[in-house]
Amino acid sequence: MTQTLLPVALANYVGLSAVIFFIGVAGVMLRRNPLVMLMSIELMWNAANLLFLAFARAWMNDAGHIFAFLVITVAAAEAAIGLAIVVAVFRTARNVDVDEVALMKG
Amino acid sequence: MILFWGLAIVLIGSAVWVVAAKKPVHSVVGLLLHFAALAILYLSLSAEFLAVVQIIVYSGAILVLFLFVIALLSSGVAPFSMGPNRMPKAAVPAAILALIALGLLVYGVSRGVPAHPVPIAAAAPAGPVGAPGVFGSVADFGRALFTTNLLPFEITAFILMVAVVGVVLLAGEAVPYVPSRKRARRAEREMREAALRGGERQ
Repeated sequence: MTQTLLPVALANYVGLSAVIFFIGVAGVMLRRNPLVMLMSIELMWNAANLLFLAFARAWMNDAGHIFAFLVITVAAAEAAIGLAIVVAVFRTARNVDVDEVALMKG
Repeated sequence: MILFWGLAIVLIGSAVWVVAAKKPVHSVVGLLLHFAALAILYLSLSAEFLAVVQIIVYSGAILVLFLFVIALLSSGVAPFSMGPNRMPKAAVPAAILALIALGLLVYGVSRGVPAHPVPIAAAAPAGPVGAPGVFGSVADFGRALFTTNLLPFEITAFILMVAVVGVVLLAGEAVPYVPSRKRARRAEREMREAALRGGERQ
């Protein structure tokens, strides 16, 4: 593989990333299980990461790699905190349907 | 090119599987497939370090965290492993809105992105994969991370520390603070009596 050209045109990467991102959006909006919603959010993080790396490769710039690294870190922190919230809510409410959880309702 | 389209099919299929699976465990398996295919795609974009990090952090850490939580919550009273399958009330409008937004995004992308932005003469010289000086090698990534981008790296450390503290605060057991041995004994006795009373009541 040469270093000069992308394997396919850049717009293909952007389109693939958009499709994966909106599958994640649909997952967050359609599923009521908080774990599946968190996994859909992970899908969206990864779509953004794919875009960072594709553009970094297209412009031969390392900054995209650094930013993708930062995004992976933030995604890991987000997953840990989200799962902790799920566990805490399940402990108090014994319920996993996000429509039924109204602990923070004023 | 064949690699890209094959991986694209795998990526989209596994993403749909994640969203559509009935059990959360099946979603985790779909997510594992997704992350593995994504790591191969990163390799084809000459982001070697990020591909390895993708496997280690996502498949190794985050998915195991998901599995632990599923196992933890499944052992309780509710049949958690099935999960609520009911569709929300706003399912149809939400799906229509998502499709419209996706169409707009793909349309805008298909118009505006140049196929190969960097002219061939200006690109980095070719070389064996991973050698220093070749774009995307681990050596170059490390140098960029620890010199030019040292501040984002430090922010990464701070974010992880805040996340650990937050998780301990959120999910940790609330242990009452007992200052002295005498009061500890009293608290223990009260707890035991409360347990006995609870047992008598049942």
